Amino acid sequence: MWAVFWCVLKRDLLLAMRRRTDVLTTLFFFMIVVSLFPLGVGTERQVLQILGPGVVWVAALLASMLALERLFAADYEDGTLEQMLLTAQPLSLLVLAKVGAHWLLTGLPLVLIAPLVGMQYHLSDAQIGIMMLSLLLGTPILSLIGAIGAALTLGLRGGGILLSLLILPLYIPVLVYGSGAIEVSVIDLSDTMPYLSLLGAFLLAALTLAPLASAAALKISLE
Amino acid sequence: MTLNWFKFASPATFYPLAGRLTRPFWILTGVLLVIGLYWGFFQTADQLGGSNPQKEYYRIIFIHVPAAWMSMWLYIVLVFWAAIGLVFNTRLSFMMANAVAPTGAVFTFLALWTGAFWGRPSWGTYWDWDPRLTSELVLFFLYIGYMALHSAIDDTRRADRASALLALVGLVMVPVIYWSINCPDPTQCAALHQRSGLGKIESNILFSMLTMTLAFWMYSFATSFMRLRSIILTREAEASWVQELLNREHSR
Repeated sequence: MWAVFWCVLKRDLLLAMRRRTDVLTTLFFFMIVVSLFPLGVGTERQVLQILGPGVVWVAALLASMLALERLFAADYEDGTLEQMLLTAQPLSLLVLAKVGAHWLLTGLPLVLIAPLVGMQYHLSDAQIGIMMLSLLLGTPILSLIGAIGAALTLGLRGGGILLSLLILPLYIPVLVYGSGAIEVSVIDLSDTMPYLSLLGAFLLAALTLAPLASAAALKISLE
Repeated sequence: MTLNWFKFASPATFYPLAGRLTRPFWILTGVLLVIGLYWGFFQTADQLGGSNPQKEYYRIIFIHVPAAWMSMWLYIVLVFWAAIGLVFNTRLSFMMANAVAPTGAVFTFLALWTGAFWGRPSWGTYWDWDPRLTSELVLFFLYIGYMALHSAIDDTRRADRASALLALVGLVMVPVIYWSINCPDPTQCAALHQRSGLGKIESNILFSMLTMTLAFWMYSFATSFMRLRSIILTREAEASWVQELLNREHSR
């Protein structure tokens, strides 16, 4: 059963590597949004240190949401998705593989570029570490929940803007605890444990439940 | 006599029933509204509280609290019918969920609106990032998302099922969202709203509040049934019973 998981994962990664710009646009979108905030609110060191955690997380939310549209779109247009529905393999596993590949291409780069953003906002080394950790735990949740919305809005006109309406309210818990962890780490690093544990718990819950919901949504959209 | 549980599961039999029920529910709404408002304005104290009393403006709670209760209750009703529709594949359940959604959204908006007007004199601000306010705002977004998804899909069957699934996902997420807004710091939870219980409320105020809640509830029935009737007619326009109904209306 896991063979098909690896197969889909490798296929999606390979396809993305043939068209690298798609991956880079998400990354640069994130960087541009984060870099524009200091121009709008002023470049004072203290203001940036306070705003930093929230800005990074909101930018990550928007970046991962913009990338979601492409999650199923290409496979839907050329009919691959219908073939996937017809296979004997559980659809939720295929969805999990696609979401995994999607996260490796859009979520993981955000985690890796986070130190650069941290320097822009004058965050300390410890804070940057916590930021990377919270993004590492949080961005997969965004991809998993977002996949439900992407499956529901498959092939609709104005799907992208509709997707944001459906999915952004559901991202609130991740935003609250993700940026909360970075804010608390200024005072005491050990205080961040509850936040990171909660993010981990959300990740586990999303890993078990979200693929089932996305699979159901895909079946509705393609019947 | 055998009871047929599914008699009214068909749009053709429910349409006349909803029509007959609409008028009684409107009458109940009117009567309860008059009683509730009369009691709220004339049988309750002019001000509330001890050293720093709330003056006349506290009467906003007779609209605000019932609207907030109904907004939450109607979302549960919506998800209930959506789930029934997904499980048993009944057309009428989806129509029911659809008919409830706008009323729920209106009550959510009303709760936010009246809350802002109550907040201005008592908290000194129209908006505060209080947990309950923020959750109510998120609930409003959920209603809007449900209706937006439904209207974006042309194929009614897909629209029904997709938005029903979205409503279910929303219901699963609501406790998590509410909790995360309530406790941004997981080690300690605090809320601006005082802990309140129905037992602590003065009996005249409680009576008016509960009467208004019943009135809003009856109003929800009335508007949902009216909206349901037009949804049935639009969707079943090709069905023979609708054609017969139209012919009868014409010949009258």
